[in-house]
Amino acid sequence: MSIPTKLSAAVFAIATVFAASGAQASEVTGAGSSFVFPLMSKWSADYNVATKNQINYQSIGSSGGIAQIKAGTVDFGASDKPLPPAEVAEAGLAQFPIVIGGVVPVVNVAGIEPGKLKLTGPLLADIFLGKVTKWNDPAIATINEGLSLPDGKITIVHRSDGSGTTFNFVNYLSKVSPEWKEKVGEGTSVQWPAGLGGKGNEGVAAYVKQVKNAIGYVELSYALQNKMSYAQMENAAGKYVQPSAESFAAAAASADWKNATDFSLVITNAPGDASWPISATVFVLMHAQPKDAERAKAARDFFSWGYENGKAQAAALDYVPLPDNLVEQIKAYWADRIK
Amino acid sequence: MTTIAARGSVPQPESRRDELQDKGFSYVLAFTAFFVLIALAGAALSMLWGGREVLAQEGWRFFFSAEWNPVENRYGALVPIFGTLVTAVIAMIIAVPVSFGIALYLTEVAPSWLRTPVGSAIELLAGIPSIIYGMWGLFVLVPVMTEYGTPWLNDHLGTLPVIGPMFQGPPIGIGMLTAGFVLAIMVIPFVSSVMRDVFLTVPTRLKESAYALGATKWEVVWDIVLPYTKSAVVGGIFLGLGRALGETMAVAYVVGNTVRFSVSLLEPGTTIAALIANDFAEATDTYRSALLLLGFVLFIVTFFVLSIARLMLMRLSRREGLK
Repeated sequence: MSIPTKLSAAVFAIATVFAASGAQASEVTGAGSSFVFPLMSKWSADYNVATKNQINYQSIGSSGGIAQIKAGTVDFGASDKPLPPAEVAEAGLAQFPIVIGGVVPVVNVAGIEPGKLKLTGPLLADIFLGKVTKWNDPAIATINEGLSLPDGKITIVHRSDGSGTTFNFVNYLSKVSPEWKEKVGEGTSVQWPAGLGGKGNEGVAAYVKQVKNAIGYVELSYALQNKMSYAQMENAAGKYVQPSAESFAAAAASADWKNATDFSLVITNAPGDASWPISATVFVLMHAQPKDAERAKAARDFFSWGYENGKAQAAALDYVPLPDNLVEQIKAYWADRIK
Repeated sequence: MTTIAARGSVPQPESRRDELQDKGFSYVLAFTAFFVLIALAGAALSMLWGGREVLAQEGWRFFFSAEWNPVENRYGALVPIFGTLVTAVIAMIIAVPVSFGIALYLTEVAPSWLRTPVGSAIELLAGIPSIIYGMWGLFVLVPVMTEYGTPWLNDHLGTLPVIGPMFQGPPIGIGMLTAGFVLAIMVIPFVSSVMRDVFLTVPTRLKESAYALGATKWEVVWDIVLPYTKSAVVGGIFLGLGRALGETMAVAYVVGNTVRFSVSLLEPGTTIAALIANDFAEATDTYRSALLLLGFVLFIVTFFVLSIARLMLMRLSRREGLK
């Protein structure tokens, strides 16, 4: 399950990082976000068939990806959390989005089917703060008329490891709940006021499925693959939306990418009637002045290929490909920033 | 005797070569022993060095604070230390009597055709990777604890004075008690096979004498076998305890991985090893430093526990000397 794969992935990543210096110029190495790993492996396999070029991506987590690209041991890093422009500039990096996804609340309550339960941002924050403790609490019951909610204690499941998924989730909670912002704050790993921790999306999914009356948060693809009961959310425009590729794309489209330096933008709580409020962007980090220009070019070629030819694979894995106008912006940014 | 003395007094080329060889051999042996010491000190010091940032920031507070807040970079090791000790103690409370029973049954009671297969089965248990125990715990033990274990404990032990709060908690099945239970099953093979081996060393003559005097099986075991093997039995128990303190994967599956202090054994908690395994891959800067320092704390905790074991062994053997 999650723990051994992640650990062995980390060990393997370290091994490949050391081996990378001796590798051929055509083999591009990347490391970071575990959220984007399924897509990266699919893309690199297909890219290899199409062009014979090797892309080696290691899922070591966003923080690990940032650390590795700063240390210059990989050709690109991937992170679910954007670096602030100052940090990008200081480390001599360039940052751009690669794909969009979303975080969904998942529940295990008898009789509640996927997409039926309605939640609002402040209510979700109160649940995770441990203030709303029962499923039949009036705060939940009033917005869910017609659903039979049990008189059961809510068990909260969160990520035990540092994670970009957590970052996007608590970033959203901080935006909608002043109390959350003050008491807990945001980060890839926080001091949770309540609940138990599972390692990785798989760990959270396993605990939520195992524990009755549990609530947790995972990437949409994990919720769908595990046939878990996810909730609809009220967005910034006050509309209830279902988590789907369309609502993630709506959130991405409503974001103001043009005016964001280094695309440093978190698209949670996005405006727009159709926007999913906990949408997440995966960013790629590369050196602005790479030591090996040829390999950096090979990496960019891979991303352009992914933007153009990888849309179907992305959709099949429940990611949202970037809209064409954003891809144009990214290519202009490359020409401008990466030498 | 005389030939050896003669050889020693009149050095011969052959014996000088032997002497050199002996010296070389003793150096090699000394190196192997010192190698362990160097590796141990190196590992402990490098972790302390890695944790210097947090140690400088928190000082002694690190060892007594229950706070673990990566957002504000405030770290304290109290909760993981507590979880490590509590899960290990629960494991030993369950494992020691069971192991003792297994060892006694296999050496004194079981028919001889049964001894070998059961003995090998126990040794096989010791060889199962810990991850398997973790998965078994999560998918088999946790539902049982949720359905039957926790409600029963809440209703019966949870109402008692003093120890009651330890057995009150939500029926989630994931927590320190479950972790202790899984650990118990993991250490039983170690403790019981050591016990069985030392029980077999008790001279048959002693036992037969006791039987001849009309002693029951229990009297033989309690008055003859156990006193004869006392120090080795204690050694075996502490071998198991050492394993329970450092176990990582199986615990990470069922302990709940929450850095929050709770008296209840049914609430999720964490242990030092599980916390490091969970968070190390994503940790950077200060957080990484805190985890490394936590690794050093595990060294200290284990060292303390094993020193106490040594002391107990020494006191036991001294008392035997007085008899």
